[in-house]
Amino acid sequence: MRIMRQLAFTLGLPVILIVIWWLATLGSTSFFVPQPAQLAAELVNVWLGPRLLEDVVPSVVRLIAGLALAIVVGIALGLTLGTVRWLRRLTEPLFEFLRAIPATILVPVLLLIIGINDTMKIAVIVFGCVWPILLNTIEGARAVDQVLTDTAKIYGLNGLRRVRALVLRSATPQIMVGIRQSLSIGLILMVISELFASTNGIGFAIVQFQRLYQIPEMWSGIVVLGLLGLGLSAVFRLIQARVLFWYYGSREGTGDGA
Amino acid sequence: MVLEDMESQARTAGGVPLLSVQKLKKTYSTPGGDVEAVADLSFELREGEFACLVGPSGSGKTTLLKCIAGLLEPTSGTVTLAGKRVNGPTKGMAVVFQEYGRSLFPWMTTRGNVELPLKNQKVPAAARNSVVDEALEAVGLGHVGKSYPWQLSGGMQQRVAIARAIASRPKVLLMDEPFAAVDAQTRADLEDLVREVWRRLGVTILFITHDIDESVYLGERVIVLSSSPTVIQQDLAIDLPDARDQLETRNLPRFAELRTRIYEEIQIAKRGTPAA
Repeated sequence: MRIMRQLAFTLGLPVILIVIWWLATLGSTSFFVPQPAQLAAELVNVWLGPRLLEDVVPSVVRLIAGLALAIVVGIALGLTLGTVRWLRRLTEPLFEFLRAIPATILVPVLLLIIGINDTMKIAVIVFGCVWPILLNTIEGARAVDQVLTDTAKIYGLNGLRRVRALVLRSATPQIMVGIRQSLSIGLILMVISELFASTNGIGFAIVQFQRLYQIPEMWSGIVVLGLLGLGLSAVFRLIQARVLFWYYGSREGTGDGA
Repeated sequence: MVLEDMESQARTAGGVPLLSVQKLKKTYSTPGGDVEAVADLSFELREGEFACLVGPSGSGKTTLLKCIAGLLEPTSGTVTLAGKRVNGPTKGMAVVFQEYGRSLFPWMTTRGNVELPLKNQKVPAAARNSVVDEALEAVGLGHVGKSYPWQLSGGMQQRVAIARAIASRPKVLLMDEPFAAVDAQTRADLEDLVREVWRRLGVTILFITHDIDESVYLGERVIVLSSSPTVIQQDLAIDLPDARDQLETRNLPRFAELRTRIYEEIQIAKRGTPAA
């Protein structure tokens, strides 16, 4: 019963919207607006065929690689800067400047420097995604509770052990906020990096469809992007629940602790 | 008063002091000028002693404790533990903080928390396990090792913090108003627990509190602090029977005398006219 209710809440609005769409396009012959059934058919025809391997997989691999690199670099750098004050003060102005540069403008630049390949596309994703992770990690590392910090000192937790056992763990809620933000940025940059100069990828395919006036196919590509985003956020939530079980647990904890 | 002072002199002279605080002074620089929190404070603890530091609120108790523990650097003066000068946190001292909810690592199990200092000291696993078992047993929490701190009540969390402190085998256990945030019932239980731990393990305890009754009930000795800038206002021996009981001890005429005595000292301290 509870599962049914939850399912109703999750799927309710999308179903209602699709029904409205279906009713509105009933008997429509508009070239630009496909009907739901037509779109669903294209979704299967176009994307579950050879394009799955030729376009979807390369896109997803680049996205995952870019995100993974951004996460590793962002956390490592963030923990360092969050714990070493002089380094933070030294780098802050530079980072403010770099962060202000829209990652999209790097596409033509990196195209020149690196060339038309996966490295260029991954580099664009990393450059865009690293900022929210980096800045949130710095914030999280700086905001470690004073009592926990004192406790760690009392029990001789120093150096790397302290960073691993205390700073990283206690910054994780904030780090996850950063990663969450970078997911959507990553998706955007994945598409943009494929729009300019590319030979494969979901973004590349959508532009191709648009140029060939294959409108339902084009729309189906956009739906694929939406589904990809949905899947990404579902995976993220699973990981978050695992990594932060203690955070959610202690916030609704049974103890009367603060 | 002269008599007690002599008594306390005699006590410290008896054995070699384990912990010695000499002319400790702590001044904070603030935008509004320097604020003197602790002014020229000296005392000594013998091995195995249970001393309570009691003082009016805002008397720099926590500052003093942090200086002793090596968490804060004193502006001048020295802290010596077993003949060695304290320049930072040392293995020989453990601290139990008031904020139990913030002093346990929430991402570690109870057991993991108690084990952490030992892991850090590179104690081998087998030895570690038995020490952790013993410590959890000593605070009556043998059964909750697998729980996370936030799954426990406040009093139990503070027990875990005590277990962690004793598992690290400190020479001196510092306690900073550890029971100020728990309810009265739990507090009485925890007081008896600390007495029990002290008697069984023979650890030296310096217990900071603002609660006069608690200081008399727990300590063998009560050191009364003045208002900030803090000096020692009075150093009093608690000559109550060793076996203490929440009802019996607290009903003794001597208990009432001692608490009255300390109460008066604190009133004097509050008025800011340091005795002597």
